[in-house]
Amino acid sequence: MKSIRKLRIHPGGLLFDTVNMGMMLLLCITTLYPFLYLLTMSLSPSDVSFTTIKIWPEKFTWANYQMVFEHKYIRSGFVNAVIRTVLGTLITLVVTVSAAYVLAKPYFPHRKFWTQLIVLTMFFSGGLIPTYLMIKGLNLMNTVWALVLPSMVSAFQLIVTRNFLQSLPAELEESAKIDGANDIYILWKIVIPLSMPILVTLGLWNIVFHWNQWFDSMLYMTRPENEVLQVVMRRIVLDGEMDMLSTAVPEMQRQVNTETLKAATIMFTTIPIILIYPFVQKYFIKGMLVGAVKG
Amino acid sequence: MQAPTKAETIRRKWPSVPVRSRLQLLKHNRYWKHRYLTILLLPCIIYFFVFHYFPLYGVQIAFKDYKFLAGINGSEWVGLENFRKLFAMESFNNAFRNTLIISFYKFVFGFPAPILFAILLNEIRLVFMRRFIQSISYFPHFLSWVILAGVFTQFLSPSTGPLNLLLKEIGLDAVYFLGNPEWFRSVLVATDIWKDLGWSAIIYLAAMAGINPELYEVAKVDGANRFQRIRNITLPGIAPVVTIMLILSIGKIIQDDFDQVMNLYNPAVYGVGDVLSTYTYRTGIESIQYSFATAVGLFKNVISLIAVLIANWIAKKVSDSSLW
Repeated sequence: MKSIRKLRIHPGGLLFDTVNMGMMLLLCITTLYPFLYLLTMSLSPSDVSFTTIKIWPEKFTWANYQMVFEHKYIRSGFVNAVIRTVLGTLITLVVTVSAAYVLAKPYFPHRKFWTQLIVLTMFFSGGLIPTYLMIKGLNLMNTVWALVLPSMVSAFQLIVTRNFLQSLPAELEESAKIDGANDIYILWKIVIPLSMPILVTLGLWNIVFHWNQWFDSMLYMTRPENEVLQVVMRRIVLDGEMDMLSTAVPEMQRQVNTETLKAATIMFTTIPIILIYPFVQKYFIKGMLVGAVKG
Repeated sequence: MQAPTKAETIRRKWPSVPVRSRLQLLKHNRYWKHRYLTILLLPCIIYFFVFHYFPLYGVQIAFKDYKFLAGINGSEWVGLENFRKLFAMESFNNAFRNTLIISFYKFVFGFPAPILFAILLNEIRLVFMRRFIQSISYFPHFLSWVILAGVFTQFLSPSTGPLNLLLKEIGLDAVYFLGNPEWFRSVLVATDIWKDLGWSAIIYLAAMAGINPELYEVAKVDGANRFQRIRNITLPGIAPVVTIMLILSIGKIIQDDFDQVMNLYNPAVYGVGDVLSTYTYRTGIESIQYSFATAVGLFKNVISLIAVLIANWIAKKVSDSSLW
């Protein structure tokens, strides 16, 4: 669905247009300036004081980023975040698409019942403590599975995928079936190649979800080397555990400016999202509208 | 009396099936017939049972005095004791009140904001500008509250944050936005709108794209000015979507944004900023009062469920298009 309507330029309303454009640009600045400010901070040497508003660094340095990269827990956090993102997204894709394919088949026994069983879970949850106790009971603490399994399938994503698969023409599958192919083979060889748009959408949804997820890591990871990047960043920036940073590079301890280092840490966590943003834009929006319109 | 043989049992249960062996019977089972599909669905069903239905069993500790060594089953039943304790607790009532107040403010200011934004954006004539502004507007939606809280603690800092520098520049006093109880709720509402303005506007922009452009042309020919066109074409055009979104927001009445509050608040603003989900976290995980925290969670989830069901029910009545 394209949200672009053709509008022709016509005389009049110039004042409205100017004011409107001005407000929109102000909004863009309001949205972007906090990030620009942090970028400036992160690129400034530690002796620059931030008592005046800055748009661009007066002096330029990579030192803050260098210290961030060399930080032990930021490194492990980055690796952990990548692992959970890749593993989580792959497992989610496989299980969601498989299940959606089955639930899209009108002849599958008790299809309605299974679908309802899944949709129903959108309306309740056991809550924080029962889930926490269960993860503990399953001995998943401090394993990547505690981050991957609890959010393995989203009922919403499953239904969106099912709707997509239902819209595919059935003829292709039928001819393969007559040739004696089984369902798993058909799904893999015929359906998946036709489903790339929904797969990319699902993939991006889950990549962004996993990258941004922090609370489960805070709950289930009790050792700092198991924490994901967001949690490490949170401890450094929000809890002000600066010793985490300063002890990392003892010889630079004298000249550490905690604020510029914090800024570099935040930017480092944001950059992966910025990198996939062009794709995210394209597919997220489509997906959101599909979900909103069709359900 | 002799027990019936297996073959007899099968014959009695499924009279139409000729019995030769168990395998024979299995072949008539529809799940067996679609066994590859069954295999494909199985992981998903197991997942929902383990991670969504099974935790419901654990909810019973809200009515028990949970002891770690005794486990869920072995702990003693205490009936509604945890709930009695809860309602007598000032900290709980405070969190409950805050949840409602913050949700209310977020609704009052946050609901119209994306509609207004969508209408104004829709009036931008240059297509590439419109796309550009929209692309920027929903960027913050994709960032976690951990990142955004980091951004805002720096940005709103009383000593070095640009906003306070600006305030000082124009002769006002610096404000410690995140540590001042008078300001904290406003910060929550404002940052919430800031984060999701562009994202929430998408659905309205899509609705506007569905309006027949000829209507605008005809109105223009008839001499309608910009505001008249917005009022008489755009607004009625998006009214159904607005109605649905309005109804669905009833469902959010007690839903608080845990990520946002958890990352922005601090003990200085617990009085105005603590909400039910953060309260659950602190009592449950930090103070290890599992039963008490589960009771808080259950209380919230039940109200939330009722609100969502009511919202869906009304939405269905109004438009024949419920969530599902």
